[in-house]
Amino acid sequence: MSSTGLLLLLFIHPAVTAKSDRERIRNEAELVRQLGLTDLCLFTEARYTRHLTQADLHSAFQDHPMALDHFPSGAMVRPPLEIWRRK
Amino acid sequence: MRWLERQRYLIDFTLSSLWRRKWKNLSLVLVYSLVIFFLSSVLFFTRAIRQEAGAILAEAPEMIIQRTIAGRHSLIPETYADTIREIRGVGSVKPRLWGYYFNMVSQANYTIMVPETFPHKETEIVVGEGVLRTWGSVEGNRLYFSAYDREAVLLTVVDSFDDQTALVTSDMILMAEPMFRKICGVPEGFATDLGVRVRNRRESDTIAGKIIRALPETRVITRADIQRTYAALFDWRSGYVIVLFSGAGLAFLIFAWDRATGLSAGEKNEIGILKGVGWETGDILAMKFWEGGVISSIAFLLGVTGAYGHVFFSSGILFEHALKGWAGLYPHFRLIPSVNFYQLATLFALTVLPYTLITLVPAWKTAITDPDTVMRQG
Repeated sequence: MSSTGLLLLLFIHPAVTAKSDRERIRNEAELVRQLGLTDLCLFTEARYTRHLTQADLHSAFQDHPMALDHFPSGAMVRPPLEIWRRK
Repeated sequence: MRWLERQRYLIDFTLSSLWRRKWKNLSLVLVYSLVIFFLSSVLFFTRAIRQEAGAILAEAPEMIIQRTIAGRHSLIPETYADTIREIRGVGSVKPRLWGYYFNMVSQANYTIMVPETFPHKETEIVVGEGVLRTWGSVEGNRLYFSAYDREAVLLTVVDSFDDQTALVTSDMILMAEPMFRKICGVPEGFATDLGVRVRNRRESDTIAGKIIRALPETRVITRADIQRTYAALFDWRSGYVIVLFSGAGLAFLIFAWDRATGLSAGEKNEIGILKGVGWETGDILAMKFWEGGVISSIAFLLGVTGAYGHVFFSSGILFEHALKGWAGLYPHFRLIPSVNFYQLATLFALTVLPYTLITLVPAWKTAITDPDTVMRQG
């Protein structure tokens, strides 16, 4: 019984915090609109990972020939699917 | 009713049998829970980030126009805004001034930006929660900057963003336009890029095509591109997630394989004795089924609730090092808690079912062998 209760909590807790979460998202979205922001502040280590969507076209060796991507967060971005489809 | 009662007795027997080997079974539950915890944490975290990015970035500019020179982003002349304004369907064009500031003291990168209206003095700034936490060269509420020409500048923090908006503002420093140009060296008449709003969103692609034809050296990034990037970033096929998944998946396979390849001497002996006192092969398989079911259900419950706490109460602290990389600043943010029934069902089907079924194979092999032989081997 207690285990079922624990599982149920996983569904109840989001409902309890939903109101404050919605308000937070509204505030963040309003800031994004006011300041014209384009990216989440997740990876601040390099310019092209801080603003992923504004980076130069994500090409291999983009810094100079033979330069592999040296920032760990670069490994999280998968190459565009078209590259895989191209044979 | 008889069937139900029979299953109840079998479960009672299974539980007491599990308790007799409690240390072994507790360590089994611990390892199994850790594997499920890891898999569920990845699933919860990636889904929550994708949802959050989708909701927040829905208000991003409809188009960003960048100028590219030698294949790289370059400063854009503000006069380009007039050319774009002439295109039918364009609502507004605003030059955006933003850039990066690397602080040598904190070894961290910050985003500096000029808002459309900045109601403070030229020497005043508004900062995100991560800035004061990491800056280093702070004198009261004043921060030292080194301009592009190495001139030292002292700016006063007059306001800060709410901690709750850290996911978009943690490394942000807002300042007046003259100060931005002084620190970054961006000449008058140039901007970092242009933000464009269109009258009818369905015309975005057509307008983007017209902009590129009018200004061929520019690159257009639409809101859809921005949202696609974040949807793909934490997609299950993305680099980081696939590495985490492969590790946890392989650990689970090794663990399940170990269970499938054989029973311990004690367990074989127990089956031999049960067969000897008259249990049928079906009863033994039912007992082993409940044994696998009980262990994997407890592990599932512990793993999933642990992962929920890890992702939604401690902001996925175990992922922090991987996400942070070399960065000196990592935002303190909270994700919207949400669990989807489909997610839980997938996790259950991928972990509990295979484990429960796989434990039946060695039990069945032992149960069909002559009890006397089994006990002698045991």
